[in-house]
Amino acid sequence: MAKIIGGITTSHIPAIGVAMDRGIEDTPYWKDFFAGYPPIREWLNKEKPDIAIVFYNDHGLEMFLDKKPTFAIGCAPQYENADEGWGIATIPPVTGETELSWHIVNELIENDFDPTVCQDIKVDHGLTVPLSLMYPGRNYQHLKVIPVSINCERHPMPKPSRCYAFGQAIGRAVESFAGDQKVVVFGTGGLSHQLDGERAGIINADFDEECMDKLVSDPEALTKYTNDELTEIAGAQGVELNMWIAMRGCMLGKVKEVHRNYVAPISNTGAGTQLLLPED
Amino acid sequence: MSEENKIWGTYKFDGPMSTKGYPLNKMCYSFNGAEGREEFKKDEAAYCDKFGLTPEQKEAVLKRDVIGMLRAGGSIYYLAKFAGILGLNVQDVGGLQTGKTTEEFQAYLDSQGRGKNNG
Repeated sequence: MAKIIGGITTSHIPAIGVAMDRGIEDTPYWKDFFAGYPPIREWLNKEKPDIAIVFYNDHGLEMFLDKKPTFAIGCAPQYENADEGWGIATIPPVTGETELSWHIVNELIENDFDPTVCQDIKVDHGLTVPLSLMYPGRNYQHLKVIPVSINCERHPMPKPSRCYAFGQAIGRAVESFAGDQKVVVFGTGGLSHQLDGERAGIINADFDEECMDKLVSDPEALTKYTNDELTEIAGAQGVELNMWIAMRGCMLGKVKEVHRNYVAPISNTGAGTQLLLPED
Repeated sequence: MSEENKIWGTYKFDGPMSTKGYPLNKMCYSFNGAEGREEFKKDEAAYCDKFGLTPEQKEAVLKRDVIGMLRAGGSIYYLAKFAGILGLNVQDVGGLQTGKTTEEFQAYLDSQGRGKNNG
């Protein structure tokens, strides 16, 4: 059976990609942020997962308001990145996967989740920045990626409880897949931030750290929030926590945290990262 | 009408706002492409008209009034692409919305910071 060998949470701020392109990771502004990643890279290089399921939100590259899926999953052999409009470098194509992807789709629909199924989508910084962070020099093409996008832009958006259940359904689908693939799951985005309105700039580091604690020990506590509550506590884009919650849902049992870093502000955001392993 | 704004300084982007903001957001979505960005720069007002922006939306765009664009149904996802054309980053945009200079806005972010020992 395919096996989820670990879960990784990470920020996906565009400025991170820009900093890597410019080679300024060691400057005072960035140093403490990038210091959070070598232990995760070492783990990835040691364990060599075959497949990564990446929960992200599209920020208006592929999914505009005209047809915006609440949940979407990719089933394509390859995903292109493209110009997002503000001058961040376009990165080489991301390798996809079509067998586990379709199996997950079948299992999701059998279990009453009905995502949009995508055979040709462009992926934006929400997915590409985490991959670039994990594999410096963009050495990520050996990894087969299954993109799973969650609407975090327009209300109504899926509730934290629903995102958790969605993740659990994906986790069970992986477990029921006949194969010996090693799968890693990424929850991207967050944590607290608000880009828009007079309230722009709010960061809630206490809440962010509490979320990271709860993600390990009591993820169901995070599913009790509404998206309006998350907006109030963690800012309008703080709802990206939903991708972390979905990731945690995939890891069906107890987990242990083997690494964590949290730095704020990075851009306008509280930037967290964790490596979680299943507790056997 | 949109649901009442329950959180100060926050424009909840919901169905009614998305309906209202559609032309503005569609225009800003076109800034994903270099062609759209160039055409906008050549004649901003004409480009707004091409997408059927309301007078309120057009005025906010021409005046770089970010709060005005949000009130008119703009989604920050696409407004960020507009900001990119203007060479503004999200700290600049934060300053514009909060009546602060970029430096003051950065200082506000820093005042809530944690975990940084080096900068």
